[in-house]
Amino acid sequence: MNTTVVRLTARSMLGGRRVLLLAALALLIVVLAVLLRVFADIDQGEAAALLRAVSLGTLLPLFGLIVGTGAIGPEIDDGSIVYLLAKPMSRATIIHSKLVVAVAAMFTFAVVPTVLAALIMVGGSGSLAVALGAGAFAAGAVYSAVFLLLATILRQAVMLGLVYALVWESLVGSVVPGARVLSVQQWALSVAESIAAPGLLSADVALGVAVVLLVGAFAAATWYAGWRLARFTLTGPE
Amino acid sequence: MATLTIDRVSRWFGNVVAVNDVTMTIRPGITGLLGPNGAGKSTLIAMLSGFLPPSTGAVTLDETPIWGNSDIYRSIGLVPEREATFEYLTGWEFVLANAQLHGLADPGGATRRALAAVDMEAPAQRRVGEYSKGMRQRVKMASALVHDPSVLLLDEPFNGMDPRQRMQLMRLLRTMGDDGRTVLFSSHILEEVEQLAQHIEVIVAGRHAASGDYREIRRLMTDRPHQYRIRSSDDRGLAAALIADGSVAGVALDGTDGGLNIETTEFLRFAGLLPRVARDAEISLYEVSPADESLESVFSYLIRR
Repeated sequence: MNTTVVRLTARSMLGGRRVLLLAALALLIVVLAVLLRVFADIDQGEAAALLRAVSLGTLLPLFGLIVGTGAIGPEIDDGSIVYLLAKPMSRATIIHSKLVVAVAAMFTFAVVPTVLAALIMVGGSGSLAVALGAGAFAAGAVYSAVFLLLATILRQAVMLGLVYALVWESLVGSVVPGARVLSVQQWALSVAESIAAPGLLSADVALGVAVVLLVGAFAAATWYAGWRLARFTLTGPE
Repeated sequence: MATLTIDRVSRWFGNVVAVNDVTMTIRPGITGLLGPNGAGKSTLIAMLSGFLPPSTGAVTLDETPIWGNSDIYRSIGLVPEREATFEYLTGWEFVLANAQLHGLADPGGATRRALAAVDMEAPAQRRVGEYSKGMRQRVKMASALVHDPSVLLLDEPFNGMDPRQRMQLMRLLRTMGDDGRTVLFSSHILEEVEQLAQHIEVIVAGRHAASGDYREIRRLMTDRPHQYRIRSSDDRGLAAALIADGSVAGVALDGTDGGLNIETTEFLRFAGLLPRVARDAEISLYEVSPADESLESVFSYLIRR
């Protein structure tokens, strides 16, 4: 990890309007929780189902897309990445530093609001908040790494990421049961399920498999992004 | 002493050959890489700066391969053509970040020295996004100089600069060359290159067309056969009168549109000859235009030699 890369990435990712968008989305989920707590009488099961759909199902892949691609995509697009790459520093270090920023942003803007919303809706008694927090963190880290990789190797990373987040994770996962084994959301759910009170959440992937896949996907995406960045080329055919 | 070597290097992208079997050695001092747009200059600079592997051949700095070797950047300073920097940083922050990324022992001191070298101390507290083109170019220079590299690579550094900025940058590059650094810059404008570079490498359509002192290149470019298109009141009469002179290498009557196509080997003598011959033969000249004055044709002449 390199502190200068971390600092530059944090400034470019969170300096502009992107941070406002992230904060607004984070606030939305907390406000939703407050409104439901005040105006509707929801039980733990309903709160779990809601957060599962809103946070794990939508917010996390979307945030992962924003922070994962935002950590490196704009610099590759405008060419300023060259100032980071033309340095006596391993390219993997650059990826690690950018990933640290992306995961930290995920934690702040997606994991913390999810935990807060759970606490607001069901109170501090249950284990739901901890369960969802752990699941959200696991999913957030993997999404960050995968989308960072995507932005490193593809110019159309945002489009492709959006298709993955919306089509694969939501649609294919719900229609084709077998596809769920390859869904970050299901892996995260499996982690959350193991922590939450029995019956609150259910996942299609066993915990052991989920943990191996989460760690494996995170490590593989991070390693491959570094490998590809080490082979970054500046000019192509015009 | 840093020497860049390009040894039998080709680079292709799919079916397109961008650089075709080029061999050149770039030594300390200022070298200009001259060629028309799309000739492969940027591809060469990308390979020299470690951002593109050659398809075949070797690109080395003092015998160390450049591709895939991030330690090489201790010796190389790169000024990319694209303007984008970290717009949200001030000039000072930008150069300082570069110093820190190099892991320099005294990044603050190095930043001060680099900004002083490009005369950018005063605007250093303003954001890079607010800089003019010339200031941007200079702050990019400072970022490339901050680690005191022995090699400086600049891709089209004069593009879009006004004459004053151009002079300023030339002065700066001359200082770099006089310091014994290996400075390579690319340009598609002959005048730019010959004002600055002691040594010129010409590249055309991906091939190494000429190499040497700027005077040699200049001579090659002016002594080549020039072609003119002429329309007159009596094309045939004019053709007969012109071919009698030794400076005229060929005359052709244009059958379809009328007019004459003339080739001359001695530009200055022909310039005096044509009006004299026309006056003596009482022929009116309607049109005299160079048929091949574009830079491309000068370059393609060099390549044919």
